[in-house]
Amino acid sequence: MSETPAAISVRDVTRDYRRSRTSLFRPGTSVHALRGVSFDVRPGERFGIVGESGCGKSTLLRILAGLDQPTSGSVVVDGTEISRLAERRLRFLRERLQMIFQDPMSSLDPRMRVRDIIAEPLVAQGVGGRQGRVTELLGAVGLQPDAGGRFPHQFSGGQRQRISIARALAPRPGILVADEPVSALDVSVRAQVLNLITDLVQDLSLTLIFVSHDLSVVRHVCDRVAVMHQGQIVETGPTREVYGNPRHPYTRELVSAVPSLRRALAGASAEDLAAATAGTTQAGPTQAGPTSGENR
Amino acid sequence: MSAAIGSAIRRDAAPAVLTVRGLNVTVRRTPLVQGVDLTVGPGERVGLIGESGSGKTMTALSIMGLLPEDVTATGSVRLSGVDHDLVGADERALSRVRGRDVAMVFQEPMTALNPTMRVGAQVAEAMLIHHTKPDRRHARTAAEALLDQVGLLNHAQAARAYPHQLSGGQRQRVVVALALANDPALLVCDEPTTALDVTVQALVLDLIVRGVTARNSAMLFITHDLAVVATVCERVLVMYGGRVVESGRVDEVFTRPRHRYTQGLIGASDLEVVDARGRLATIPGSVPAAGSFPAGCVFRNRCIYATELCATSPDWVGPNESDGFACHHPAGVPHV
Repeated sequence: MSETPAAISVRDVTRDYRRSRTSLFRPGTSVHALRGVSFDVRPGERFGIVGESGCGKSTLLRILAGLDQPTSGSVVVDGTEISRLAERRLRFLRERLQMIFQDPMSSLDPRMRVRDIIAEPLVAQGVGGRQGRVTELLGAVGLQPDAGGRFPHQFSGGQRQRISIARALAPRPGILVADEPVSALDVSVRAQVLNLITDLVQDLSLTLIFVSHDLSVVRHVCDRVAVMHQGQIVETGPTREVYGNPRHPYTRELVSAVPSLRRALAGASAEDLAAATAGTTQAGPTQAGPTSGENR
Repeated sequence: MSAAIGSAIRRDAAPAVLTVRGLNVTVRRTPLVQGVDLTVGPGERVGLIGESGSGKTMTALSIMGLLPEDVTATGSVRLSGVDHDLVGADERALSRVRGRDVAMVFQEPMTALNPTMRVGAQVAEAMLIHHTKPDRRHARTAAEALLDQVGLLNHAQAARAYPHQLSGGQRQRVVVALALANDPALLVCDEPTTALDVTVQALVLDLIVRGVTARNSAMLFITHDLAVVATVCERVLVMYGGRVVESGRVDEVFTRPRHRYTQGLIGASDLEVVDARGRLATIPGSVPAAGSFPAGCVFRNRCIYATELCATSPDWVGPNESDGFACHHPAGVPHV
């Protein structure tokens, strides 16, 4: 494990958000969005993070991408500690690490042409020869060369996600962070985009961090997976082991709550799925969950 | 074959709860739904699957009489216990039916609930409007009992909450309570768990199935998730390009699909089967925009089996609208 230095090394990261105060005399309570998160991602690894809404996975991603700073702990990307760096010193990170977001409509500027969207990371870094690179990228993600002259709204959801993938690959990053990249897509298109991601990660030997609430997608894409629950990583290990033999009760619950065609055809009913989740998921009006700092 | 005959006999025995015949939905000349026939028997749970743009939500909204202003429906939608056709009925007639004979659970519970009313009062209101409870006090007690049934702990306290004080799963429980308040003959669910986490989804699905089973209500369940349909429903209709392309028993359709689209959909949603390069099965291309589906077989421009024959509309092959498919080159037996 320690021979090659990790591509990403996260140590004991916490992130607290302060709620706005509700009393004049007491400070606002704080929400612990991340509570002591540690993991390593080896170069070339496909690392999955699964968890439900409010578990802290978006906060974690924001910190990895240098868009937010942890309250404590350290984040090392390619040997550089990024958690305390000033924005202008994070430039290397913007080259090394790129993101794909869930909703390709809101993450693409509707007033820009596709070629400008894809070239924007290159403009920001002052890279020349942009036109050739854009054409190359359009081909790599399976879009027609004339797509560059059009606007995002002229494309379907799957094609828009191809555009965001092309943009992410433009500065030749070593690390690709995908935040729920296929959750907004239709089933037939989802398979196409997952294939594209698998191919690109393989061909360009990228390190992939793939975040999803959908366990079956993560199982297909990733070698190793971390399960997050309430701001903590409750279980981590090779994907096959975590799914085949989940050790933490929450993971067990999560794995058995996912409806599957095979199990349904074998006679599993909604009652069976629900029976497995009785433990940590509760329904009561007082339950708030540590969600306030999340998913804004 | 014997299974198909068995289900036909069962359907003949009791009059259908919902009968849709020749439903067409258009928006300014663009067809969204074309010639949909569908029947739901008493207590039956029927799934309607398809990708976005396949017309499944428009079908549901026509049944509810909730189509947007510039969208028009033709054809016939009959509900047992209602003596008029729902297509073309005026708003007064429809509002007597909605919430009493047929109720709907929407995808987004926050927009389905009134943000300015306590949830208990909203559930009680559903019963007061349709006079299924004699007065406010009875309705209130019944509302609390319903909230208890849908698993909201401290139902009395939950009844006093406003929608924004509840989590997504809790809100959807309230919507389910609201939909079941008047024991509807038919419950229409449009992607009710798509916005929910998997563990919450499991609980809400269980709740919906238990709710309709206890009331012997029929259910039409719309989703794009094949696994959810297989878990919840007995029968399924597959929609593509505004048409029903295949229908039948869940186990039949999902294990022996006949239409090439159904086959592709099942292949593409299976993340456990990959080829030597680790790639998933896909359907080429993407769903066209409404109005730009090809003439003849709507799937032919994405189908690898398509021939010139597919430029003509395929006929429905099967004993009735609840069991069959419309494809010139069906999977399985080559000579049909």
